[in-house]
Amino acid sequence: MIEIDRITKVYDGAKAVDAVSMTVETGTITVIVGTSGSGKTTLLRMINRLEEPTSGEVRINGESTLSVKPHILRRRIGYVIQGHGLFPHHTVARNIGAVPRLLNWPREKIEARVDELLTLFSMDPAQFRDRYPAELSGGQQQRVGVARALASRPDLLLMDEPFGALDPIIRARAQDDLRHIQQRLGSTILLVTHDMEEAIRLGDRVAVMDGGRLVQHATPAELIARPASAFVADMVGNVERPLRLLSLIPVSEAVEDGPAEGEPLPAGSSLRDALSACLWTGRTAVPIHRDGTSAGRVTLDAIRARAGLHE
Amino acid sequence: MKVGTVLRPALVALLLALILRPEWFTPVFAPLAPEGGPVIYERTSLLSLSLSHLGIVAAASAAATVVAVTLAILVTRPAGAAFRPLSRSIANMGQTFPPVAVLALAVPVLGFGAGPTLVALFLYGLLPIFENAIAGLTTLPPATMEAARGIGLSRWQRLIRVELPLALPVTLTGIRLSVIIALGTATIGSTVAARTLGEVIIAGLLTNNTAFVLQGGLIVGLFAMLIYDAMVQIELRLARRMGL
Repeated sequence: MIEIDRITKVYDGAKAVDAVSMTVETGTITVIVGTSGSGKTTLLRMINRLEEPTSGEVRINGESTLSVKPHILRRRIGYVIQGHGLFPHHTVARNIGAVPRLLNWPREKIEARVDELLTLFSMDPAQFRDRYPAELSGGQQQRVGVARALASRPDLLLMDEPFGALDPIIRARAQDDLRHIQQRLGSTILLVTHDMEEAIRLGDRVAVMDGGRLVQHATPAELIARPASAFVADMVGNVERPLRLLSLIPVSEAVEDGPAEGEPLPAGSSLRDALSACLWTGRTAVPIHRDGTSAGRVTLDAIRARAGLHE
Repeated sequence: MKVGTVLRPALVALLLALILRPEWFTPVFAPLAPEGGPVIYERTSLLSLSLSHLGIVAAASAAATVVAVTLAILVTRPAGAAFRPLSRSIANMGQTFPPVAVLALAVPVLGFGAGPTLVALFLYGLLPIFENAIAGLTTLPPATMEAARGIGLSRWQRLIRVELPLALPVTLTGIRLSVIIALGTATIGSTVAARTLGEVIIAGLLTNNTAFVLQGGLIVGLFAMLIYDAMVQIELRLARRMGL
């Protein structure tokens, strides 16, 4: 559990981060979202003490981050930044093994960990281990950057706009990968982004920052249904709120027995996908398949019932 | 086909022949020698002169590299930034001072021999290495430096494992310029009795023997070309690996 306790950063008399408190549960993704200048990156950088807080403290599993030297603290916290920041003069294996080497892991253990992580990110170790970062695509560099941050099994993973430098298609894939890997490893992640779509897609909880203050810290569904202020509503995008809400609900929650015509949707889709399929093909219901067999249907009425606050 | 693959071994062979078997070139140089005078320099072995010449250059360049890189590291730390303009002026002065003047001034202190030459070459070699090391250390990729701090490298580890290796290709360019300048300038050292290939050239000038001048000049020139080429190859290889 990560506890951020009234943390404040003052630059030249101006409060970049103003007494922010929040608690991050172990094994969850919390996305900090805000416009530029909202203090979100400063907040993140105070957790691994790349910026020293003016006041307040951060506790990781009850222990204050001020109780150890900054560089020792950082070895326990994974860190991923926009544009990956890989060491261009080191091979992929050395990049991923950087923190375990700092922690004096035995060689065989580092090698095994590097291969394990490369496999996890679907990069063949034999093929990629000895390459240099310049020889990888943008998406591969980004994955190696995340693998490096995960290498020592840190208590916490901090990510600062990790997908900002990727094009939209690769970004969507990287987000899915992160979700899967987080679920598999049970990592605790704090991620900073300016993109509300990304926040809703990835976050178990979303923290919205504005002018150095935390204005709302809630689940994505709550954020969309009950934005705490006009600013949050604006960030969520008033017009798109029903669609964003639908994108959070899996079809399995609205499925009912009965026939439906046409192309079926897999059970993992969202109600937004189902709505899109209905509108596009002029149907009032779409069949749902699970593992290749029919699992019922989702009707336009059922989608409409979930698309707003009128229940 | 690359020109280098043919030219490089040919130049090495020519250089070795000029040093080890100078008598082979008698017919080439004969027209340039004075009537009845010696065509080939035989007072000392050209091999021992070449080794001594290279030794002086290597010693002076190594010392200049150590001092210049250390200074560059110090003035690129936050605590040393205030000294950057001052240290730049000092290195610039070293470059402005003519090597001949340094030789003349150093002889009364250090006596005749290799000493004054080493001092002159050392002072003359500082600036290019210092400037390039500063350029290398201040233009490191920001994302990489941020990540180096973020994953928990200490200051010292960042310098040794990230900053210096990344600044190496640019620093090497400075070392290369310095070495090439020193190779040529070292010939002047023979005026104060340092054992360098300048001896051959000066003997030629004193006796009006163009054959000697050309012989000494050719050997120094070939050394410079081959060393320059070798260092460029190393820089290219390093830079390519880093995807620069």
